[in-house]
Amino acid sequence: MSEVVSLKINGMPIEVPFGTTVLVALLTNGVTGIRRSVTGEPRGPLCGIGVCFECRVTINAQPHCRSCQILCQDGMDVRTE
Amino acid sequence: MTDVRSFDTDVLVIGGGPAGLAAAYSAARSGRRVLLVDENPTPGGQIWRGEWRAPRSSEAASWFDRIRRSRIPLITGVRIVTEVAERMLLGESQEAIYEFRYKVLILATGARERFLPFPGWTLPNVMGAGGLQALVKAGLPISGKRVVVAGTGPLLLAVAAYLQEQGAQVLLIAEQATRARMLSLGVTLLRFPSKAWHAAVLRGQLWRVPYASNCWPIAAYGEGSVQGVLLRQGSRTREIPCDYVACGFHLVPNIELPLLLGCELCDGYVRVNEFQETSRANVFCAGEPTGIGGVDLALIEGQIAGYAAVGHLEAARALFGRRARWRRFASRLDRAFALRPELRTLPDARTIVCRCEDVPFERLKGYSSWKEAKLQTRCGMGPCQGRICGPAAEFLFGWSVESPRPPIFPARVASLMRTPSSERGGNG
Repeated sequence: MSEVVSLKINGMPIEVPFGTTVLVALLTNGVTGIRRSVTGEPRGPLCGIGVCFECRVTINAQPHCRSCQILCQDGMDVRTE
Repeated sequence: MTDVRSFDTDVLVIGGGPAGLAAAYSAARSGRRVLLVDENPTPGGQIWRGEWRAPRSSEAASWFDRIRRSRIPLITGVRIVTEVAERMLLGESQEAIYEFRYKVLILATGARERFLPFPGWTLPNVMGAGGLQALVKAGLPISGKRVVVAGTGPLLLAVAAYLQEQGAQVLLIAEQATRARMLSLGVTLLRFPSKAWHAAVLRGQLWRVPYASNCWPIAAYGEGSVQGVLLRQGSRTREIPCDYVACGFHLVPNIELPLLLGCELCDGYVRVNEFQETSRANVFCAGEPTGIGGVDLALIEGQIAGYAAVGHLEAARALFGRRARWRRFASRLDRAFALRPELRTLPDARTIVCRCEDVPFERLKGYSSWKEAKLQTRCGMGPCQGRICGPAAEFLFGWSVESPRPPIFPARVASLMRTPSSERGGNG
């Protein structure tokens, strides 16, 4: 099992330990506001367990992915919405 | 084309928390084919979240071990989105669509935190108490961070102890319940020694952390993310600068899937008979959706459901006494952590209630029902489908908010194409 996973967030290459969720990868790489609300407010995670959708991001061009429930994989392209 | 994976099993268990694990294991002892589906990356539910490979308690370790030894197939990262046909559910993962055919279904869908809106609660780094714990378990560094833990319920102490152990500086635990209620709960605990011991251990770990009953957050403030919180304690207001506010108001059951399947409710929980069977034949339910009772009750109910689902009624019946005992404990918790009416006055006119659609409190005040408010304001119509604002609206306005429609999670068009045309329609 590889110890480190390489992926991109908003085009920036990063490495995280195997088993890291996409959300934690974002939060530990300087992204605190994960998304903008419909009126433009910065929002971060609320529930941490896949219910609130506040941490949603686009992963490999698929929108509305709940980053707290998805583990980082090699080559992932993550974009904040 | 999205990959479609089909499964056929005797007993399908939805949810891999304590109730689901106990149900799956108990059903599998009969030799029947059992399949366990969970939407998280690994089983364990919320209480044992992230512990599948490294359990933190002997109880978690022993249940994980039972599941592994009985070789029950696990499908993780898959959430159920709708019912496709009689005895067939449709799920989705990041990569694929899943079809599950079953003879008997056990729903162990767990609970989530209740959130109540107050000014500033939408700022980044104001999150659930369990929410922050989940993120720290997933690897969020918390060492040296200043955290205020607030809200209500037994989770607050557990979260505070965990965060402190991980290096956080917990500045205050604020419990909205009155001191009298907490003292009376303390007396109740004496009759449940394992719980009393657990509470004492937590308090021991937290001896340096101030604990305030009768205290609740009234506003969070900050630019870009939270910088501090204001709390009311009796007639006083306190201000505490901090990096995180971990705030949850006890738990609400995840009843969307049971409701979608037509299971009847009683007082907001899934109604079950003595064998944990719902109003729908061959559909059982165990754990928090039948009443918030914690891990001990969930494990017993799960076992009863698992045994009953495969016709082992005597094995199920042998657990009724223990279930009754933990149900008594659950009803005491309910009473102790009942929400005080002052919390209804927390939101100001502009406080967001529905975070998905940014619907403020003032826009909701004039409506008489959840349905009317939804249609007129889009409250509860976003991706979370009212899972966060629904329970808040229920408390703030007294509305009944049970109205799930398929799919119960945002789903791919490819998934919806697999449902019969009469079921299509979505939330439009």
